[in-house]
Amino acid sequence: MTLLLLTILLPAVAGTASYFIRPHRWRRLLWGTTAALHLALSVTAALPMNATPLDHWIGMDSLSAIFLVLTSLLFLGATVYGIGYVAREPVTGQLDFEDGSLFKNEPESIFTGAILLLLAAMTLAILSRHLALQWVAIEATTLASAPLIYYHQNRRSLEAAWKYLILCSVGIAVALLGIFFIRMTIQDSPHELTLATLLERASTLNHKWLSTAFIFMLVGYGTKMGLAPMHTWLPDAHSEAPSPVSAMLSGALLNCAFLGILRVQQICAAAGMASFGGDLLILFGLVSMGLAGVFILRQADYKRMLAYSSVEHMGILALGVGLGGLGLFGSLLHAVNHSIVKAMLFLTAGNILSRFHTKDTTKIQGVRDALPISGALWIAGFLAVTGSPPFGTFISEFTILRAVVDQGRWVVAALYVVFLLLAFVGMAGIVLRMALGRSEVNRVREPLTTVLSPLVFAVIAILLGVYLPGPLADKLHDAAQLLGGMAK
Amino acid sequence: MTIISVLLILSCLLLLGSSRLHVAIRVVAAQGILLGVLPLIRAVGDIHYGIWILGLSTIISKGILLPWLMTVCVRLSGIRREIEPFVGFGPSLLCGTALLGLAVWITTRLQLTPAEAPLVLLTSSFFAIFVGLFLMVARRQAITQSLAYLVLENGVYGVGVCMSLDFPFIVELGILLDVFVGVFLMGNLLFHLDREFEHLDTDKLTELSDLSAPATAVEEHA
Repeated sequence: MTLLLLTILLPAVAGTASYFIRPHRWRRLLWGTTAALHLALSVTAALPMNATPLDHWIGMDSLSAIFLVLTSLLFLGATVYGIGYVAREPVTGQLDFEDGSLFKNEPESIFTGAILLLLAAMTLAILSRHLALQWVAIEATTLASAPLIYYHQNRRSLEAAWKYLILCSVGIAVALLGIFFIRMTIQDSPHELTLATLLERASTLNHKWLSTAFIFMLVGYGTKMGLAPMHTWLPDAHSEAPSPVSAMLSGALLNCAFLGILRVQQICAAAGMASFGGDLLILFGLVSMGLAGVFILRQADYKRMLAYSSVEHMGILALGVGLGGLGLFGSLLHAVNHSIVKAMLFLTAGNILSRFHTKDTTKIQGVRDALPISGALWIAGFLAVTGSPPFGTFISEFTILRAVVDQGRWVVAALYVVFLLLAFVGMAGIVLRMALGRSEVNRVREPLTTVLSPLVFAVIAILLGVYLPGPLADKLHDAAQLLGGMAK
Repeated sequence: MTIISVLLILSCLLLLGSSRLHVAIRVVAAQGILLGVLPLIRAVGDIHYGIWILGLSTIISKGILLPWLMTVCVRLSGIRREIEPFVGFGPSLLCGTALLGLAVWITTRLQLTPAEAPLVLLTSSFFAIFVGLFLMVARRQAITQSLAYLVLENGVYGVGVCMSLDFPFIVELGILLDVFVGVFLMGNLLFHLDREFEHLDTDKLTELSDLSAPATAVEEHA
């Protein structure tokens, strides 16, 4: 219990302290240390011998263990990249390379503070076992990340931050209504909204209220997770944010909202209503995949392309959970794979952006020529994110396909494959044109901080494709079972 | 309780029909104070210290601090003092009555036991949610969007008071803190919006879009 509290409090305290530390070197040191310590704490807390009782407001089951370690790992990667990133950013005003206006970055202390507070809020969202507390934490993630999106204080990031703040706040307010409705499902007192209480009374919950609550929470958290058609803020926010932040937003933050939906689905499954929520999730999943595929196809901005690819993958996750059974396992595995790959891609995109000074795909050629490591990572990332072997994404996407076929839902299976192909074709055109050929900028030696994290993530992505480590597989099976999936 | 509910409904109608930004800010402030008083009335008999703290902090944050922030925003930036609607004030009011009907219909459909939820209050809270959503899309300026968010949040808070008085107090405070910081950040961004775009009209925020040609939007600003 203390361990879990410490995992939440450490980044919160460090984040608050960052606002007051003046020397850059000390602040960056604090940032790096916190990230490393947080990962150590998360892994320790996830060990079986440190299991905590699950009937408190805060606790860790297999589901939260997977997401917490994943988030923490991504954060460490983004930190290694991010410290180098802020150090290279000029302190004085600089020219915007898209519309030529002058802009000035946010003070670095605000950036560091906000990203650490974001980590604290995400940790709380993952560990909380009280629905309303989880809501508070998820809304806090929105608030902590808005200043991060507005780091380059220019017009486009301002527009993105404004849309993000308004749309996500409204969406989440809808989810809060859903939580009130869940409170109505418990007919006898006490009305504790902890997962333990709800799961224990699952058979007595009022189904009408529970289905209403599920719809509200799906729409509310779905907005934050980026499910179409509530995804409109996502491409803006994820493409305008600085690259290490985009990596956190796409890789880790979307998962937190996904977890919010998983918790309601967990309650629904325990109450014997798994198929009600499942059908809705399949619908939202397919719509997200299709819409994202279309927008990837005609995309002229590679960071937006990655953002739409996140929408697509959130659709895959929703689809897998909606299917139940084997789909649950596939979906959770895919969440892990997608986070790693997407973080790697956004960090690589950041390298390309800082070398070529444009986000326009038609103006870039020969990334491999100018940036040998990032160019290779860019192509590898493209293969990984579209689910090609030998990457882990292939296995998880294939598992979900098997779940669809097993259930004999042929229409869903056909749409799923078509949408995956659509994204593959769309991204192939863009990525290969960018990567190959001769470039107009000179070849440079890439600083270690810019390539270390994406390289490590790439290795993990391949490893997950050829070998699933025992403890991770156990946790995944366990978590799938929590959500009503079958035993191993 | 009935008086508060009626006042809540009236304030929403006033928001739909008013054309002055200052009036709108004051109306939202009044709503905040009404909602702060609400838990105190609801808990007659055993007023727990937590309820006092919650009520007072609601009044201070939603009724005083946030409206003050908005007023400062209006004064310091070049926001026009009139509200510019996409949907005119007359039609807005008409939509308002339709939304009120919808709120009544929904609350009667919900089949709550009277002990759990005073129906008038529930109706007015749902009405506030609908009005918040309506204002969000029907008004042009960014500042009215943040006001609309507050109205929406007030409505959600009202539903919360109706349905779950036994929510842990610390969680209630957390929700309030989130809303406060959220609107505070919006106010902060408003200053920047004003400086960057020299206007606060959200329909001009079109540089980031995959549906319209971004080039024309850039020209418009230049």
